[in-house]
Amino acid sequence: MKPIVTFEKVTKRFDDDTVVLDDFDFEIQPGERVVLMGPSGSGKSTVLRILMTLEDIQEGVVYIEDEPLWHEKRNGSLAPASEKHLHKMRGNVGMVFQHFNLFPNMTVLRNIIEAPIHVLGLSRAEAVKRAEELLDQVGMSAKRDAYPNSLSGGQKQRIAIARAMAMRPKLLMFDEPTSALDPEMVGDVLEVIKDLASEHDLTMLIVTHEMGFARDVANRVCFFCDGRILEQGEPEKIFTAPTEQRTQQFLRMVLKE
Amino acid sequence: MLYGIHWDLSNSWTFAASIIPILLIGMKITVLATVFGFLIALVLGLVFALMRSAPMRIVSWPTRFVIEFVRDTPLLIQLYFLYYVLPDVGLTLPALETGIFALGLQYSAYTSEVYRAGLDAVPQGQREAARALNLGTMRTFRDVIIPQAIPRIVPALANYLVSIIKDTPILSAITVLEMLGVSQIIGARTYRYMVPLTMVGILFLILTVIAATAVRYLENRLPRAGIPLK
Repeated sequence: MKPIVTFEKVTKRFDDDTVVLDDFDFEIQPGERVVLMGPSGSGKSTVLRILMTLEDIQEGVVYIEDEPLWHEKRNGSLAPASEKHLHKMRGNVGMVFQHFNLFPNMTVLRNIIEAPIHVLGLSRAEAVKRAEELLDQVGMSAKRDAYPNSLSGGQKQRIAIARAMAMRPKLLMFDEPTSALDPEMVGDVLEVIKDLASEHDLTMLIVTHEMGFARDVANRVCFFCDGRILEQGEPEKIFTAPTEQRTQQFLRMVLKE
Repeated sequence: MLYGIHWDLSNSWTFAASIIPILLIGMKITVLATVFGFLIALVLGLVFALMRSAPMRIVSWPTRFVIEFVRDTPLLIQLYFLYYVLPDVGLTLPALETGIFALGLQYSAYTSEVYRAGLDAVPQGQREAARALNLGTMRTFRDVIIPQAIPRIVPALANYLVSIIKDTPILSAITVLEMLGVSQIIGARTYRYMVPLTMVGILFLILTVIAATAVRYLENRLPRAGIPLK
């Protein structure tokens, strides 16, 4: 089976010349649920942001299925992607942000139906039907007409998940979905993500520090350090018998928290 | 006598009462200049703000220069220039229109900064979420950015509305008979300046208080989170 995501010798530098990813290779198979872990600043979120086209790349090629994401094939060679190409490619990918980024001027329902109507071209009725199913799945049907500012962090994040799901992405990414939440909210949100993982055979890429959650939801855990994957494997193996010293150190630290 | 209306010089009170209709004719011009000048500033300011934040430098840099130039030169010079110099190159506008345009141009430089600051103040995460949902640029502006920027922009624009009212007397420099110009003529013809000038001051105060109150009312009714979309 061909991978849904491929990073091929990707280098990402920021304007101030900090190198975040250097010659980075990475693949995700369809249906796989991958957790990225590692110290902050190690480039985990950057991987997600590159796939969401929020950050560009300097070298290498990123593929989504067979198509380059940041490039277009022109006359047999790869040229930088146009906005039109990015727009087309973005349809494959969805993202849930650490700080939810719900639109505060829209009701919960409008947050979810906005893009399906204006991007996917659904009728309002179809979009509302889809949104109501998703709201039901994330347990937020009662808040359909509320505005985001009246919701708790955990509720906001569940709406944000529904909003991303409404676009039916092939790959759904979560960028530290629970790290901005109060501790008592974390469980609910993780439960929602686990349910989605079991009900849909969605490919997921998750940045999180929640080890118990990673163990339940992931097929593969990648330990990220200094812009590369130091160690990866099944969660059981990474959590119980890490071979790298940095992984051991990190896990001890996370467990202590 | 002015505009066919006679004044009554028996005492200050009758004088004051008799020139009210004359001053109101001047006030009409003041209000006209304010309203149209401000409308130009609102529209042109938005155009400037968008051009200034354009990704192409060939657009953004000249715009920036024009904004700085307009902002940092006196309104009176711009006014004289438009009124006395442009006719030399074949562009002649009536005095009132010239004045309205000069006010609008000057204030569009201010309002463009207000727009820019308001748009910039919408958190980056909102743009990122819109992009992640694949919303186009226009749609993102229309449904996400502008509705959230408006509550941040309106209060600052309001200050400029009050300020533009107070700047209208400068139009008397190019023969526009707005309130101050009218009162000066009354003063010159009667040798009494105190009454007409005091009344003009009071009339300006009334105008600015009305404007400020209206805007505060609007401001309080604007939801902080942005213009709601259901």
